[in-house]
Amino acid sequence: MTTWLYIIAAGVVAYLTKLLGYLVPAKVLKNKRMTRVAGTLTIGLLASLTMINTLANGQQLTLDSRIGALVAALIALLLRAPFLVVVIVGAAAAALLRLAGLP
Amino acid sequence: MTITLLRVMCAGFDPSPDDSRRGTRLVLRRAETTAGFDRLSPVKLWRSPAARTGASVAIATGLYGVSFGALSVASGLDFWQTQVLSLLLFSGGSQFAFIGVLAGGGAGGAALGSAALLGIRNAVYGMQLNALLQPKGWLRFGAAHVTIDESMATASAQTDPAERKRAFWVTGIGIFLLWNVFTALGALLGGAIGDPKTWGLDGAAVAAFLGLLWPRLKAREPVAIAVACGVVTVVVIPFVPPGVPVLVAAVVAAVWGLLGVGAADEGLEPDVEPPHRAAGEGRLSSDEGRMP
Repeated sequence: MTTWLYIIAAGVVAYLTKLLGYLVPAKVLKNKRMTRVAGTLTIGLLASLTMINTLANGQQLTLDSRIGALVAALIALLLRAPFLVVVIVGAAAAALLRLAGLP
Repeated sequence: MTITLLRVMCAGFDPSPDDSRRGTRLVLRRAETTAGFDRLSPVKLWRSPAARTGASVAIATGLYGVSFGALSVASGLDFWQTQVLSLLLFSGGSQFAFIGVLAGGGAGGAALGSAALLGIRNAVYGMQLNALLQPKGWLRFGAAHVTIDESMATASAQTDPAERKRAFWVTGIGIFLLWNVFTALGALLGGAIGDPKTWGLDGAAVAAFLGLLWPRLKAREPVAIAVACGVVTVVVIPFVPPGVPVLVAAVVAAVWGLLGVGAADEGLEPDVEPPHRAAGEGRLSSDEGRMP
């Protein structure tokens, strides 16, 4: 039940954030700092989430098949594969490494 | 233009002589309420390069709703929770963040926090789109909901005001519809395959986050931010509860943004770029006055 509350809250917060942009006076737009922080936040959060999903197991750091997924996804991105292909490559790498006996 | 649209809208509307005046009034009222859409008649859209670009971006982006749906179910959410995230939260990065934190054992509050922080850039897009498109009245509330990386990028890549509107609405509404359809498909698929680890779905999550990060790493500074935040995350994982490392990284990134002196639009790139911007060019500000 509380999960539902967080889901609804996340939706409401996200919508109000978007709407805020349409309601603030245009001169706030001239504030380059806000734009910049929004950008660096996006990069930092995505980088952090990438590492967590690769290495974290609760509060422990573990090396498992997900490392292979990271490397495979990196290669796919370097080869300019579209997003969906990158995701499938990541899944395939992890699945194959597990099939080969890795945790 | 308005007349074309009204003809389309009122096709099949055939007022009899005695209520023709009521019909006229009805038409006028429609003309007022749909003024913002007068550039969006089907005929115009079919011929518009901006709308076609928007449609192709919408299809490419909408498709990977499948990966969100499947990963969301794998993270422990049920079908409807997954679907409501796509309907209400509707911002790819924030949705992946929400389920990514839950999948890592994080609390709901931490999931909410990282989704909210990742959504802050949408406020910046909202300000820019408000200036570019100047939506009136209730239209703003609709525009706000479909304000995401891709609709911002396709709209800002256009120079003609009418084309800008078409690009924005076609991309935004197109992604909203397809993203939700494919989320449902992914959630059903994810629920049907049993143990997600056997299928490497945890590896898919890793790839998804790297894929979302990748288009934003086009200069030295964003790479440095990504490395710094990645290292900080790994260092703090053993010492704080799950979900909190993301928020620590967010603080590092925010402080970096406040104190550093780099480009003002670092990190504000779409996941799927409009075709003519794919050559690595095209920052939001420098897009002004350029045509494909």
